[in-house]
Amino acid sequence: MAHASSLIATDIEAYLAEHERKDLLRLLTCGSVDDGKSTLIGRLLHDSHLIYEDHLAALESDSVTSGTTGGLDLALLMDGLKAEREQGITIDVAWRYFSTARRKFIIADTPGHVQYTRNMVTGASNCQLAVLLVDARKGVQEQTRRHSFLVHLLGIGHLVVAVNKMDLVDWDEAAFRRIEADYLKFASRLGIDAAGVYVLPMSALTGDNVVDASTNMGWFDGLPLMEYLETVDVTAQVDVDTLRFPVQLVARPDHQFRGFAGTLASGSLRPGDPIVVATSGITTRVDRLVTFDGDLDVATPGMSVTVTLADEVDVSRGDLLIGPEHRLLRGHDVDAMVVWMSPQPASPGRQYLLQSVGGISNASIRTIHGVIDLAELDEVDRDRLELNDIARCSITVDRELLFDRYQDNPTTGSFILVDRMTNVTVGAGMLTGLTSGWERRPEAGLQAQPSHVTEAERSARLGQQPCTIVLTGMTGSGKSTTARALERRLFDRGKTALRLDGESLRLGISRDLGFTAAERSEHLRRAAEVAQLANQQGLIAIVAVQAPAADVRGRIRELIGPDRYLEIFLDAPEDVRRQRDQHGLYAAADRGDIEHLPGVTAPYEPPQHPDLHLDTATRSVEETVATIVELLSGRGFLNAGDGAP
Amino acid sequence: MFVFREVVAQCERPVMLYSVGKDSSVLLHVARKAFYPGPVPFPLLHVDTTWKFREMIAFRDRIADEMGLDLIVHTNQEGAASGINPFEHGSANYTDVMKTQALKQALSDGGFDAAFGGARRDEEKSRAKERVFSFRDRHHRWDPKNQRPELWSLYNGRVHSGESMRVFPLSNWTELDIWQYIWLEDIPIVPLYLSAPRPVVERDGVLIMVDDDRFKFSPGEVAEQRWVRFRTLGCYPLTGAVESRATTLPEVIQEMLLATRSEREGRVIDYDQSGSMEQKKREGYF
Repeated sequence: MAHASSLIATDIEAYLAEHERKDLLRLLTCGSVDDGKSTLIGRLLHDSHLIYEDHLAALESDSVTSGTTGGLDLALLMDGLKAEREQGITIDVAWRYFSTARRKFIIADTPGHVQYTRNMVTGASNCQLAVLLVDARKGVQEQTRRHSFLVHLLGIGHLVVAVNKMDLVDWDEAAFRRIEADYLKFASRLGIDAAGVYVLPMSALTGDNVVDASTNMGWFDGLPLMEYLETVDVTAQVDVDTLRFPVQLVARPDHQFRGFAGTLASGSLRPGDPIVVATSGITTRVDRLVTFDGDLDVATPGMSVTVTLADEVDVSRGDLLIGPEHRLLRGHDVDAMVVWMSPQPASPGRQYLLQSVGGISNASIRTIHGVIDLAELDEVDRDRLELNDIARCSITVDRELLFDRYQDNPTTGSFILVDRMTNVTVGAGMLTGLTSGWERRPEAGLQAQPSHVTEAERSARLGQQPCTIVLTGMTGSGKSTTARALERRLFDRGKTALRLDGESLRLGISRDLGFTAAERSEHLRRAAEVAQLANQQGLIAIVAVQAPAADVRGRIRELIGPDRYLEIFLDAPEDVRRQRDQHGLYAAADRGDIEHLPGVTAPYEPPQHPDLHLDTATRSVEETVATIVELLSGRGFLNAGDGAP
Repeated sequence: MFVFREVVAQCERPVMLYSVGKDSSVLLHVARKAFYPGPVPFPLLHVDTTWKFREMIAFRDRIADEMGLDLIVHTNQEGAASGINPFEHGSANYTDVMKTQALKQALSDGGFDAAFGGARRDEEKSRAKERVFSFRDRHHRWDPKNQRPELWSLYNGRVHSGESMRVFPLSNWTELDIWQYIWLEDIPIVPLYLSAPRPVVERDGVLIMVDDDRFKFSPGEVAEQRWVRFRTLGCYPLTGAVESRATTLPEVIQEMLLATRSEREGRVIDYDQSGSMEQKKREGYF
């Protein structure tokens, strides 16, 4: 711990008052072994006059025995444990504390080795900013990309790219600009917001642009590192709207008092605020916000309080108090990015304990969708997770999980996996959403029961071949009308069809689903499953759904089978669609009342290769139906045939 | 507060190590806040080496009494009976018997599966890498290579029978944070932290206070009155005083901030051998 301020000597009480007001920045330093990370931190402390004399004396004597730079080895200040010192490598997360006149800092120093992803993720999980070191001679390396990915994955919104060792490239501006451009290009590929990235040229060894502005690089007019760290605004990331209060303990000191102790993760709490108990869905109000120092009028994120409620409702540890307008995701099957931290590999099916703010549950990795190849930043197929792997996985838990996506709220969107035998933390995860029904696999051991009636027998009796006709298009394009007319026409021709209308399905089988992309996808999966059953019974399925997402239509096609799948794109100009819109959906979307109307407030991806593309504005319903029947007939679906169409 | 509550929720039998020092005072204060309006739901354990400053013992008993705390005082009886003392048996040997072994005895006797301590990461190099939840095996040993990763605020406090957790709620506090908090919250501390004329002997540049008549003078040594205070408190023969006129908290803080020497320097035990704190921790010291 160390400080430098002239107020200390002149007016200590004023200094203490100032210190109390300082905010805290937690930052992470990352870079390869030789990028000079430890030297940088040593330099930050040294040049801010923040190193104690006895530490400095110890450093001088250590520099003689194990120094690697000749002269004062500032890196030794950071390397902690004996074994590491002897190997000359940092192997864990080391924490450093210091404050300047403007801010308090906690630095997590994490190693740069390939195999230590685990430590970096650990350090990054509690940081707001990351300093990434790049060697000016080498430029953006695989390590740089790797660390950027991890920092981005962990949701750190502020990134400083320090192009270090500028002294070794003769303070050359062109070299710096090249690296800067390279990095920014790479960052945008990853989806990192450029507004959160600060690139600067530096030399930790000589101190240029660390604390003091460089005299060797007059061409750079940005802030030195320390000043940037002191002034960067990291408050924008705090979510003050969405209430999330995880209950840590139920305080019941006597029969009168029953309070729920916890730390406010996001949003705010005031007496009288309506709140929902997430597990039960029961709504009540905040009565008091109790603390040792008296009741509060308001609690903000990060504060520890004990909440009492207006009504006696059932709340226990692991429950969440939330705002009525911001519900949590809930389910037994979830998707997450998992970081594996144990030498013992993980394979699907093995049981672990999953610990989150919601408590502990039995969990198993159901599917490994892909392991991230950090060198190429793409995914590779693997059937198990090794130490330091990061993978997109589906996980099943035996207690319903209530959560947010990690990108929306790290507190309610994260978890750790614990080995049930050794109690060791073996993995960490960032939740990305509920597992979509398409990817969920049925329980092992279940089997379909085959029919005693063959396809050929059905075909002979019904005089048709089964197929699924998907009528896709935006609201007002004539899907329902066409479907009804087509059903009638087929019936009149003696054919047997099952009509599945999206809106009708939402009255029953999809009653529980809303209109987000994920819910639409599930809605369509159910429609497709039913259509497939109908096809198995020899029926023609007519499915009238918006189906705005191309990949979901692709999945329907895969489920039904490409030979039996017919995609018909019903199209009409926007003014015609608006005119036909009986429910006033377009007007509602224009007003902002509907968030997810494809073609207006949500994307509609037009089919690239439909079996038919029909403009319903220039054709009558009869003509549309006739064109479709012609297609069916031409493909042989309306004859008994000899088996395959 | 979060850390305290996590331990109480996850562990069966927690205990708080109470050293009577300023960090312990802060630790206790935070614990009281965490469980308010309820009482502190675990006992306090003080390992009494029998060589603590008398003022520390008086302070300890007064605080426990005033706040209605469940205080356990443990002394290594075998060690005490053998007459081991810091003057004749070397600080390393003495510390091992009366502190490290005594602590292990007390933790095993009480069947505690979690013990809170006031250690901070900013104190010393090997502590910079310490976890908040630090795992100890059946023999109370710390293995720096076998610690659990700590992500977000998801602390894993699960242990098997016999194993335990040492938990450091003040891990991320600095010495200044501690003093500032004591000042702002008006937390009672042992008066030894404030300067007063006290009888001291200077040995190898370290000022040792003569706290009772067990003090073993070297030939020719006499105690002299000097204005001194203590930056850390331990066993009086092993704790160096600093000369100071700081009699109020802000003055102490001011001196500390202007100081060019780090806090643990006044402790004789850290100097025994290079990396010695790490060694002690492996053996079960806090």
